[in-house]
Amino acid sequence: MRMRGSVPFRGGGFAPRAVPVAGAATLIGLIALWQLASWAGWLPTLFLPAPQAIAIALYRLAVSGELWTHLSASLARLAIGWSLGTVTGLVLGFAVGLFSVARSPGMAVVSALFPVPKIALVPLFIIWFGIGEGSKIATLAFGVFFPTVINTAGAVDNVPRALIRMTQGFNLSRWSIIRKIILPGALPAILSGCRITTSVAIILLVAAEMIGAEHGIGAFVLAAGNLYDTDNLLAGIVVLSMLGLAVSWTIGRIERALLGWR
Amino acid sequence: MTAGLRLSFSGISHKFRDLLALDRIDLIAEPGEVTVLLGPSGCGKSTLLGIAGGLIAPTSGEVRADGEVAEDCLNPLTYVFQDASLLPWRTVAGNILLVLEDHKLTGAQRAARVEEMLALTGLSDFAGAWPRQLSGGMRQRVGIARALAVRPGCLLMDEPLSALDAQTRGLLLDEFAGLIARAGTTTVYVTHNLAEAVRLGQQIVVLSRRPGRVRQVVRIDRPLLGRAATDPDLLAIEAMLWHLIRDDAVAAAREIGDADAG
Repeated sequence: MRMRGSVPFRGGGFAPRAVPVAGAATLIGLIALWQLASWAGWLPTLFLPAPQAIAIALYRLAVSGELWTHLSASLARLAIGWSLGTVTGLVLGFAVGLFSVARSPGMAVVSALFPVPKIALVPLFIIWFGIGEGSKIATLAFGVFFPTVINTAGAVDNVPRALIRMTQGFNLSRWSIIRKIILPGALPAILSGCRITTSVAIILLVAAEMIGAEHGIGAFVLAAGNLYDTDNLLAGIVVLSMLGLAVSWTIGRIERALLGWR
Repeated sequence: MTAGLRLSFSGISHKFRDLLALDRIDLIAEPGEVTVLLGPSGCGKSTLLGIAGGLIAPTSGEVRADGEVAEDCLNPLTYVFQDASLLPWRTVAGNILLVLEDHKLTGAQRAARVEEMLALTGLSDFAGAWPRQLSGGMRQRVGIARALAVRPGCLLMDEPLSALDAQTRGLLLDEFAGLIARAGTTTVYVTHNLAEAVRLGQQIVVLSRRPGRVRQVVRIDRPLLGRAATDPDLLAIEAMLWHLIRDDAVAAAREIGDADAG
């Protein structure tokens, strides 16, 4: 075979770049299209309310103070339920990651109960913890607990053994190794686990507020849904989405503060 | 000058499951001397070093450490690892400080030791740098600074230069020779590199391919400082060592895909 000519470049591609402006522009563009389609009458209002209608519904909720009543009730449940599930999950996760005594029993229980839909357990929680706040917080805490255990145990397992051996070679105490090597080594994975569990908690919020909740974004969304009040339904969904964004942003800030070494 | 420890290995054998990695090793690392463990990959030399410092329990046999250590010694048997094993979430100074924190020293004493070690290894300008910002050679310097900070009675060095490029390796080899000679610490140095062996070794223990046995002990009675890479006597010893291990090295290299148990 004979070759002639300049060598063509063939090493390009497979290097996608992030353009944050394009992300924002896409969202704004989609909302604008949606609004235009509504104005043009292509989208029936009951089928999908216009962004304008959702904005107006949100504005009314905010002005009447209803939004804050619902939001504060939901935030309190989220904060307590998520914290409870996270703290207990971290404790069992570290135990599974560190101690033979806890490893197999802990993983057996977690593996058996993790796939159970927590929504299906709501009636049981109501019997156990009452129809008030107890059952709602328990639903969130249960939903957060299992993924936290699994994620934390995995995070501890993934701390490089070479670093642990190094500290053993310098005679650091067991407690020092846990505090100075395992904890910071597992922190990045634990924090990214928090992103998942906060989302799980927001999803479960609606389930938890299904029964016996007077206030709460979840309760509000369900009530609006039952009345086919789609403006308010979507206004509630937007609030939940914003909540998710706010939590994700907060975790991002915490990551930047604690994991500056990366 | 620290007098250093005498490290006596008697009847050390080690099995990984059914695989005999080390077979009845007897040897003595004399106080203040550099003993090089030389052998092809997979001969168990790193395992032997792990046994020497108590990080691996041998299947049979015993290592004894006898002698005086310095008054201010914090960790008699101290490792320098192949990959330096630095904590990525601590700065250079923080990594050295780590091994002083568990001991009863005042803050000022700790700071003084860290500063002294940084100066000794030429790292003073990098005290606040993160490990990810350092080159391989610099990381390995931090590794030796950390090891010397505890005023060891015996240095256990596991191929500390093998992950570096040839130029950096040559430069660091000279530095290590100087640091070891000045500290006067008993040193056990594991390598498969002949040039490192003749540059640093006062006693070179040649190990056979798996199962590792002591094949020959070569002595070089010449001070570490002043040994040159181009010294004809040393080159002759290097050639003799190559002759000794060549067949084993070739056989070891042919065992493609075999896990490196060394």
